[in-house]
Parts: sequence; structure tokens; C-alpha cells
Amino acid sequence: MSIKIRYFASLKESLGRSEDTLLADGLASVREVWQQANPELVLPDRILVAINQDYASLNDQVNDGDEVAFFPPVTGG
Amino acid sequence: MTVIVTEQSFDPWQEIQNYQNAANLLDGQVGATDVFIGTMRDFNDGSEVQAMTLEHYPGMTEKQLENSVAEARQQWQVLDALVIHRVGDIFPNEAIVLVAVWAAHRGDAFDACRYLMEALKTKAPFWKKERLISADSRWVKENTDGYKSAK
Repeated sequence: MSIKIRYFASLKESLGRSEDTLLADGLASVREVWQQANPELVLPDRILVAINQDYASLNDQVNDGDEVAFFPPVTGG
Repeated sequence: MTVIVTEQSFDPWQEIQNYQNAANLLDGQVGATDVFIGTMRDFNDGSEVQAMTLEHYPGMTEKQLENSVAEARQQWQVLDALVIHRVGDIFPNEAIVLVAVWAAHRGDAFDACRYLMEALKTKAPFWKKERLISADSRWVKENTDGYKSAK
């Protein structure tokens, strides 16, 4: 299956890229998406995640075609 | 109910006036209008700030703001609401955010406006990066709790 991954703000800067496309079989959770896309990096503390632009948790399931986003705490307003 | 994310600087007072006129809001139903405007300071966390860049997650930003407007409408009697938020490069004294709520009574207007602003601060995917007078740049780490008094 294919998962589009997006990174924002300080996380995007520290990774040096804004997105990945992950082609893989047997992906299960948001946490596993991170691990496959960033095998050497532990998930930063207090990271927020979204699936298809709705907030999600690290244990939520992903499906083929999903857009999964990782980003730091939001600071708008 | 309107949510706008824009790279253009805007005059919040003019936007309120235009919106009221276009939506014909002042037709006798509105008894209370509550407005919050957030503007950019030239200081933060002990440093002088010369500019700021606001990044966002296009699509999710609008979705989250529209969800918050829908949640507010479930809890309070809201006749109309307008949310405008800047992205891109912003300078001191410019408006960052406008939340305006029109209702029949002040309780609904006050509370829905406050709810929308706090929801925006905690859920809408915007991120601020400050450019300091010293020429350093830094990401703002997190928003403070709006219900606790400022330090």
C-alpha cells in the first residue's frame, strides 16, 4: 500500500524534507509509518499526528492511500 | 459562517464591516457581537521580534477551524461567525487573527468567541517562526493556556 507522509514546521526543518511516500506491505499504525520512514529516529516527544487531516493517535490504523502528517505543537493565533 | 486563511494582510475592522453588510446581519436579530483580534507584538519571551513567518497545513487548517465553528454552534446560539487567519510573513502591529461572533445575546457571543479562539490556539495547525532583531530565528514552541493569567 501507499501512504503519503507530511512533515511540518520545526520537524520538517530538522528532517530536511516535507514529505515522503511510503510503499510497503503490512503497515499497521501511525507509529509504524514513522518507524519505516525514519528508521534511525525515535519519535520526538509531544509530536502531533493526523490521518487525512484529522487528529489521530500513534496507535491508530492507517489504510492504503492515507495521508499521515507529523508535526510539533501548534502555535497559531 | 466563514473561515478564511490568507497570505494577505487584512484590516479586521473593515472585514467585520464588510461581512456584516454582505450577510445583511444587522437586520434586527443581532443583539451581541463579540470580536477577538490578535495582533503581532514586537517582543516575545524576552526578545525583540522584527517579523514572523506563519506556516500551516493547507486543508487541515480550514477543516479544523470549520469543525470548531460547528462545535461552537452546537453549544451556543450563534447567528453567524467569521474567522480570518494570516499565514506567510507578518510584521509587528499587523492582525494575525480575527474571530467575530454574532448572536442574539451576549452570553452566546462571548462564550462562542472565546471557545473558537481557544480551539484555534490548540487545534488549528499553524506554526510561528520568529525573526529576532538579533537576526536569529526560532520556532515558537507552544501556545500558552488562554485561561491562565499571563506571566
